[in-house]
Amino acid sequence: MATTTSLPDIDEETGGLPPSRGRILVEYLHGWITTVDHKRLGILYISSALIFMVIGGLEAAVMRWQLAAPNNDVVSPETYNRLFTMHGTTMVFFVGMPMLFGFGNYLIPLMIGARDMAFPRLNAFSFWISFFGGLLLYYSVVGGDGLYGAGTAPDIGWFAYAPLTARVFSPGHSTDFWTLGVFLSGIGSVGTAINMITTTISMRCRGMKLMRMPLLVWLYLVTSFLVLVAIGPLTAAQIMLCLDRYLGAHFFDTQAGGSAVIWMHFFWIFGHPEVYVLVLPAFAFANEIIPVFSRKVIFGYPAMVLATVAIAFIGLSVWAHHMFTVGLGPGPNTFFTLATMIISVPTGIKIFNWLATIWGGRVRFAVPMMFSVGFLFNWLIAGLTGIVLSVSPFDWQLHNSYFVVAHFHFVLVGGIFSMIFAAFYYWFPKMSGRMLSERLGKWHFWLFLIGFHMTFDLMHIPGVLGMPRHIYTYEADRGWGTWNLFISIGVIFQMIGIAIFIWNMIRSLKWGELAGPDPWDAWTLEWATTSPPAVYNFAEEPVVHSRRPLWDLKHPDDPDTDYEM
Amino acid sequence: MSEAVTTGSHSYGATYSEHPYKGIVGIYCLIVAESAIFIIFVVAYIYYMGKSLSGPTPKQVLDLPIAATVCLLSSSFTVHHGVAELRKGKAKSATLWVGITALLGFIFLCFTAYEWYDLIAHKGLTLQTNLFGTTFYSLVGLHATHVVVGLIMLGLVTVVGLRGKLETHHSERLEVLSLYWHFVDAVWVVVFTVVYLSVYMGH
Repeated sequence: MATTTSLPDIDEETGGLPPSRGRILVEYLHGWITTVDHKRLGILYISSALIFMVIGGLEAAVMRWQLAAPNNDVVSPETYNRLFTMHGTTMVFFVGMPMLFGFGNYLIPLMIGARDMAFPRLNAFSFWISFFGGLLLYYSVVGGDGLYGAGTAPDIGWFAYAPLTARVFSPGHSTDFWTLGVFLSGIGSVGTAINMITTTISMRCRGMKLMRMPLLVWLYLVTSFLVLVAIGPLTAAQIMLCLDRYLGAHFFDTQAGGSAVIWMHFFWIFGHPEVYVLVLPAFAFANEIIPVFSRKVIFGYPAMVLATVAIAFIGLSVWAHHMFTVGLGPGPNTFFTLATMIISVPTGIKIFNWLATIWGGRVRFAVPMMFSVGFLFNWLIAGLTGIVLSVSPFDWQLHNSYFVVAHFHFVLVGGIFSMIFAAFYYWFPKMSGRMLSERLGKWHFWLFLIGFHMTFDLMHIPGVLGMPRHIYTYEADRGWGTWNLFISIGVIFQMIGIAIFIWNMIRSLKWGELAGPDPWDAWTLEWATTSPPAVYNFAEEPVVHSRRPLWDLKHPDDPDTDYEM
Repeated sequence: MSEAVTTGSHSYGATYSEHPYKGIVGIYCLIVAESAIFIIFVVAYIYYMGKSLSGPTPKQVLDLPIAATVCLLSSSFTVHHGVAELRKGKAKSATLWVGITALLGFIFLCFTAYEWYDLIAHKGLTLQTNLFGTTFYSLVGLHATHVVVGLIMLGLVTVVGLRGKLETHHSERLEVLSLYWHFVDAVWVVVFTVVYLSVYMGH
């Protein structure tokens, strides 16, 4: 490989002629595969997440097709179990995390005026091992049953409760593909988190004090800390599960006195902070986009930082609200109900700060801002149903119902994905040098918003009517049919929206309007370099004097330094 | 405009020398992440104490590994001394201290190996025997794995030192390794207390 791709060889073999197109392609791919540049790795993260997003989305679409009518038989019950397992695992580990790590990777060094991440090779390692984890998970489709029979995907649900995962109940290797795939992705996540923290602490440019960092960098710092603390329990639990399945250990073996509930604890000690790992970067995007499109400074910068840290710490002590129906007893139920309710206080502070930022601003409704406003509404509803579910007696009624599914899809799709789309429209010009089409973007926004609300607003209702999650079909006389039909129709709108979004990116890469270094008239350092930035980001070290270095530069008569504390 | 903001009179080197060394920050982050893993294994051990459905129990088969513990804990001092010597520019002395650290770590592993051999071959305790076996071997084994990783790195430093390639400016990197080694030691203190001392505290 190395000899065929180095330049001198090409010249010898082609006798001085320009290299063939095939060779150029090999060179190009070789460059991407061996890269340690944080910008390229960021784009690799984002691209792999997009591919998995399409796969995971199609899995959801098949499930909704199956559930659109009572007694439907689009897929078998076994396939349905595999679909929801793969959908959940894919979306959390191979779409959400890589997507957010991708933006972080790309933006953090640029925003703090650095030339790369602290450990570029660790960065490449983290990406490739996460990506390989995703491939391993999907390889189960081919190799899940080992040598006998066709392969199967794992069918244990994304939280893989014991004792279903024991060898007796899940024979074959499909569960092991799940375990190892998630384990590898965890190693990659920890690597990236170490890298982000170290970059933020050790690589800031001159004048970039901690309290001058863009809020995005602050939020990624806190997210990375959560990743460090939360991924460990998951990794430990996966090791235990492997020991159980391969070496005959008894961690979750109820026959030998082991506990199935302790798996739930270990999983959710990871699982709930994971929600904040996913949502804090979404908040981070909002913190950058909303001020720029409101033409105002973010309201309450120190409060935002404090609220973020508070969310992280309280978020570590709410996990058992996923387990109210286990029967934890009145003490733990009360504690976890209260902790869960308290976490809505810092989250509320954030929402008020965003509103106060928009308040009185000259709001520009470009597509990033449209998605951000959509996010504010969706996130508020997601938070309110969250408070409803935090009340343990109420949770006993709704646990494992479609109400819960609707709630966390409001968080993950309505909240996080809205901000991810906003981030795409906002930073795509920086990454590619070309603008995304505003016209297509508006189509994407409205179709997705309508489809999203059609699907997930209505999904609360069959939940309240008693429709449990994870069922592959239902009887016609339950009265859930009409709701489910409309829920599934909403998916069509979302799919068209996503298709437009992907077409928008493909066409804009070639024909998009040239962006220039600073298309949004923004204030943070990434807009000070060319679009896309040079490999070294900044020719010389930037020097900053306030939270908005580009504002100071554009308005030397009225610099921020006069106002900031 | 883009040039104006990026033109600074300072070079990155001067700024970065005022920030903490990135290797140290990185290893502290790794230690936090590893601690989370160990905490879960320790919790599992404590949670399953006395819940085994069959024998043997810890009281029947475990001996206090005092010699091994002395070896491992004293190796924290030797590696610390090695870093201090390298910082003073005494590469040869540093090599010696790091070498002693590796040797002490190796002796610790030998004790563990003998303990496991004895437990498996003579006392009939394996990973599959009962919950005690499951949690004991996984917790002690996870720690031993970390000792092995540390030994490989300490061994590398010793080899580099013996070939005369260890220099004063490597002291920061050696400190990264020594922090990792201190962490492995600290984990042993917890394991020793939870697994071995608890036997003598009435559990």
